Amino acid sequence: MTVATRELRASYAFIARNFSLSRRYWGWELAFFVYALAGALAISFIGAAEGDPSLTFSLIIGAVFWNYLSTVFSFIAETIAWERWEGTLEYTMMAPVRRSSQLLGSTLYAVMYGLVHTAVILVVLVAFFGLDLASANVPTAVVVMLVGSFSIIGIGTMAAILPLLYVERGAQMTFVLQSVILVVSGVYYPVDVLPQWMQVLSKLSPATYILDGVRAGLLDGASVADVMGDLVPLAVMGAVLIPAGLWAFGRAERYAKRTGKLKRVG
Amino acid sequence: MTTTIARPDVRTRRPVLADPVPAPMPVPHATREVAGPPALLVEGVTKRFVVGRKRKPVVAVDDVSLHVGRGEIYGLLGANGGGKSTLIRLMSTLLTLDTGRIEVFGHDVERDEMAVKRLINRVSVDAAFFKKLSPMENLLFAARMYGLPDATARAESIRILARLGISEKRLGRPTEQMSRGMQQKVAIARALLTSPTVLLLDEPTTGLDPRSKLDVQSFVEDVRTAHDASIVLTTHDLAEAERLCDRIGILDSGRLVVEGTAEALKTRVAVEHGRAPTLESAFMAWTGRSLDDDVEESGGEEDGDD
Ligand SMILES: Nc1ncnc2c1ncn2[C@@H]1O[C@H](COP(=O)(O)OP(=O)(O)OP(=O)(O)O)[C@@H](O)[C@H]1O
Ligand SMILES: [Mg+2]
Repeated sequence: MTVATRELRASYAFIARNFSLSRRYWGWELAFFVYALAGALAISFIGAAEGDPSLTFSLIIGAVFWNYLSTVFSFIAETIAWERWEGTLEYTMMAPVRRSSQLLGSTLYAVMYGLVHTAVILVVLVAFFGLDLASANVPTAVVVMLVGSFSIIGIGTMAAILPLLYVERGAQMTFVLQSVILVVSGVYYPVDVLPQWMQVLSKLSPATYILDGVRAGLLDGASVADVMGDLVPLAVMGAVLIPAGLWAFGRAERYAKRTGKLKRVG
Repeated sequence: MTTTIARPDVRTRRPVLADPVPAPMPVPHATREVAGPPALLVEGVTKRFVVGRKRKPVVAVDDVSLHVGRGEIYGLLGANGGGKSTLIRLMSTLLTLDTGRIEVFGHDVERDEMAVKRLINRVSVDAAFFKKLSPMENLLFAARMYGLPDATARAESIRILARLGISEKRLGRPTEQMSRGMQQKVAIARALLTSPTVLLLDEPTTGLDPRSKLDVQSFVEDVRTAHDASIVLTTHDLAEAERLCDRIGILDSGRLVVEGTAEALKTRVAVEHGRAPTLESAFMAWTGRSLDDDVEESGGEEDGDD
């Protein structure tokens, strides 16, 4: 078996495992879906209350795509926290698997899961509010999301480190990171309403560009070429954040092995 | 159960169950391991843990050197907190070494981590699983990480678990529905599935009923014989250590204070300490926890690194 196939098989191990977990925790998945759908609906009704269809659409996009980003992000970030909770972390970390293959598997599953989840919510909301997608440019939205996913994966990988470093608090800290991204990225409002110092943060958040590009595609029917201003920063961020995430993960693993943080009991 | 009780002499190391290949005259390991590097080499290894900013670091493993020959079962005994699990974790690449080196068949655990990982596997006291997943799902996950084809993994899992007394029917339901002892057996299967050449067993039989204990013990002997696996075993069951281990090392506060065959330890404790020639009195003597002995022994070679 070549190295590549061995590592791909290892990645597949994580995809299959996470799929089994989703299946076994179907009740939880259902609850999470209802929660996400209700949240998106509640926010979209703000637009309905204002009697402004374009605001409604904009809020729907914010709610739906924030759902995608946060699902992918928290899924990746949770991979370590979950294993720590189950106590399997040591077994996974001592397996002959490269961290990149492990993270690739977890990440691919997170992206697939997020896409399915988000697509269903989008369809429900569009039907619910009777929106007309005729003038929307769906391919643009898809391209922006795919390119943007790389940055989210990079940040998610960094967030996955926190439970490795902090046995108890790590999982909470990923929530803090996630909520900061929510505030600064213009999910439900244009970023120019933010104070100046927050706008600096919003320029650094990939979610800002993802939402901007997706809105341009779906609301204004912008083409892929029109959203280059979003795609280029996203591509650059992805190219930087994924290697940075892997590097940081490696460092964190070494730290955990030095200080004995991988173990739970025994 | 009679096969497991009518066990052969440890020193001749005759296979417990019939070997498919007619066994040659049993050869002592001392001569077998001459060719090639030892299965496991531990040299001058120290590991400290810093707990809290102000407190002194805990020296969990203190300048330990030992080696395990190919096909040998090496027992690690010691009081709670003696450093057994830490030493096993150092061997399993789960902790970095402060000083010293560890090699598995000549591969350094730090520099050649991936090669070492392919050769080893470990069972620890806590059988950790994804509890909602079935044993089979857990085992397949482990097997895939080690590059084992699914079909092989399935067949092997069923075979190993049947050998340990768990029927195939149990393998599809969530693991959390199994008793602790059953989970421990699945954990043993998880480690053996990958055919490790070095198997690290950290209290594998703790919490098992007497029959299951015997099942696991005879299985460990089989694994050694059939796969030529080298095994490090920690246990608090001295009868188990005596039964399984070719050599035994006792760790006290992280230091390897004595090492030898069970027979040798028993003889030494009788000669040097004037105690009953049992493994229990050896344990008491060298872990300094004996009831009738508050004074640390001195002068014996076991205290050499004091
Ligand atoms: N991850 C860790 N962080 C901090 N201290 C640790 C860690 N692991 C072990 N120690 C300390 O190192 C020492 C040795 O512990 P270890 O678990 O190796 O003992 P043990 O011989 O396996 O004991 P037991 O028989 O109870 O399993 C103990 O003082 C323990 O508190
Ligand atoms: Mg222990």
